[in-house]
Amino acid sequence: MLSDSRQARIIIAMQRSLPWKLAFLILIPTLILYGCSNPSDGGAASDVPSTGIVNKGSDTIVNLALAWAEAYQVLHPDVRISVTGGGSGTGIAALVNGTVDIANASRAMKAEEIDQALSQGIDPVEFVIARDAIAVIVNPNNPVRRLTLQQISDIYSGKINNWQEVGGEDRPIVRLSRETNSGTHVYFLENVLRMGEKENRTLFSRDTLLLPSSEGITSEVRQNPNAIGYDGLGYVTEEVKVIAVASFSGGDYIFPSAESVNSKEYPIARDLYMYTAGEPEGDVAVFLEWVLGGEAQDIVKELGFVPIRP
Amino acid sequence: MRPIGWSEVIITALIKVAGYSAIIFVTLIFTFLLREGAPTLFEVPLEALAQTRWYPIEDYYGILPLIGGSLIVTFGAALFAVPLGIATAVYIAEIAPRWAREILKPLVEILGGLPSVMLGFIGILIIVPFVREALDIPTGLTAFTGALILGGMAIPTIVSVSEDALDAVPKTYRDASLAMGATPWQTIWRVTLPAARSGVLTGVMLGVGRAIGETMTVMMVTGNAPVLPTGLRSLFSPVRTMTATIAAEMGEVANGSVHYHVLFFIGIVLFLISLIVNLTAASVVFKQRKRSERILS
Repeated sequence: MLSDSRQARIIIAMQRSLPWKLAFLILIPTLILYGCSNPSDGGAASDVPSTGIVNKGSDTIVNLALAWAEAYQVLHPDVRISVTGGGSGTGIAALVNGTVDIANASRAMKAEEIDQALSQGIDPVEFVIARDAIAVIVNPNNPVRRLTLQQISDIYSGKINNWQEVGGEDRPIVRLSRETNSGTHVYFLENVLRMGEKENRTLFSRDTLLLPSSEGITSEVRQNPNAIGYDGLGYVTEEVKVIAVASFSGGDYIFPSAESVNSKEYPIARDLYMYTAGEPEGDVAVFLEWVLGGEAQDIVKELGFVPIRP
Repeated sequence: MRPIGWSEVIITALIKVAGYSAIIFVTLIFTFLLREGAPTLFEVPLEALAQTRWYPIEDYYGILPLIGGSLIVTFGAALFAVPLGIATAVYIAEIAPRWAREILKPLVEILGGLPSVMLGFIGILIIVPFVREALDIPTGLTAFTGALILGGMAIPTIVSVSEDALDAVPKTYRDASLAMGATPWQTIWRVTLPAARSGVLTGVMLGVGRAIGETMTVMMVTGNAPVLPTGLRSLFSPVRTMTATIAAEMGEVANGSVHYHVLFFIGIVLFLISLIVNLTAASVVFKQRKRSERILS
């Protein structure tokens, strides 16, 4: 049993952001060297047929996918799962190019992406694997505790430029956003800035800071009382303050949580997806079935996401 | 005369290949850039490229803010690194006692070898909050912060190359100057530095070249907001550089899309800018050499 779990070691490349990529460029050869230094494992590994699942995409999902890969690995030591981040667009592009088995996405595939996939002979199949609330965060020293969706939209589109206008101190507002390749960015644009209206062409204010990682947003919000940012609930730390959001002026202000997401009270929540090329078969099918089951969904809850079944 | 051995022929050939390969690689890279970037000119009208909004997921391809961002960060870095770098080089080469020199030179060279990601982390955790509080500006993620760190990265290059150039100035120049009653400062400023000018300028260009091409650090500390810089004030607000844009967006674009071609087009612009910087430097060095040769002969 011990040697089983040792021989099928998961090589996980966590690429949440560029610094991580560089760190892992150094780490991966180290892992490989470590693997080579255990010749006793080599003979045993060739006896058991081992298969790999390549899983890539959304940075929002990467921690969840890693936790799943580790847990699944214990149950099925013969299956190797490699998990990589890079953004929803990156994962979907990789699925279309046929380089991954599963693409993680924090948004549904766009019509043109589906067309592109079909033209490559790939018929993407969608699985909703979890739900996520997007928390709007500010510095703990900022007295503002709650905002309406309209106010958040006006802040990010540049109509509101001082915290005083939403009941705070006389301070300029510094807007923080993820980069445009992030599914969270696109979701926020469509459902918060444009309030879900198809005809609405509102854009982020030009001076919105586009940060390459969730950590970048957290570290700026943590130290800057002028800043406002947004991030998946799973990434929110104790050092920042979460804002209660109301869908409309005069509505109830709701904090993001598993309960308020499942009851559909919290307005900025979305489904998280995994896509496969065609109906999944073999190991991928078994893995996805497990992902949608109780044990995997408990992990969803542990990591601060919202399970698909309450 | 000894007959030429085979080893001689092979080694000469190898060295030749190595020499020409540099030219071949540059040509290949430029051809590739052109092939991937040139379609931009047919897909996006020039007026659209000359706009001030960069938001590629909604087809806004104005690259002016990105060019402006790169220039202002590089300019800021040069403003801060050139005087400091040259002053350090002068101190090490001309003034410092032997023991100080033996400690300083390797230390500066170690500084030059620091990985840029690490400097980015230090920037985010220490310099960004410091800049915001010290200057009382809305956010510390600014062009200035980027310039500060890039300047710090350029200094070792400038110091190292300039110091070598100063070191190569014959001792007789200094002796002659001092013998004629010039003070040490006058000797440094009027004799040694001008004599080492071409080397010092090469150091400055290499340093500035490193600054303009640097990606990781600027992506982490400049805030990446595509706002067109309009003056000195813009130095203290967030900017987005060309390198950060390419690095942040290249991973996501579909191969062969308009966005993909525009990113390569930005690569061409970056290539041209560094080419211009290098050519200007080369021509200045060339002119100076002629002039100094005339004086010294």
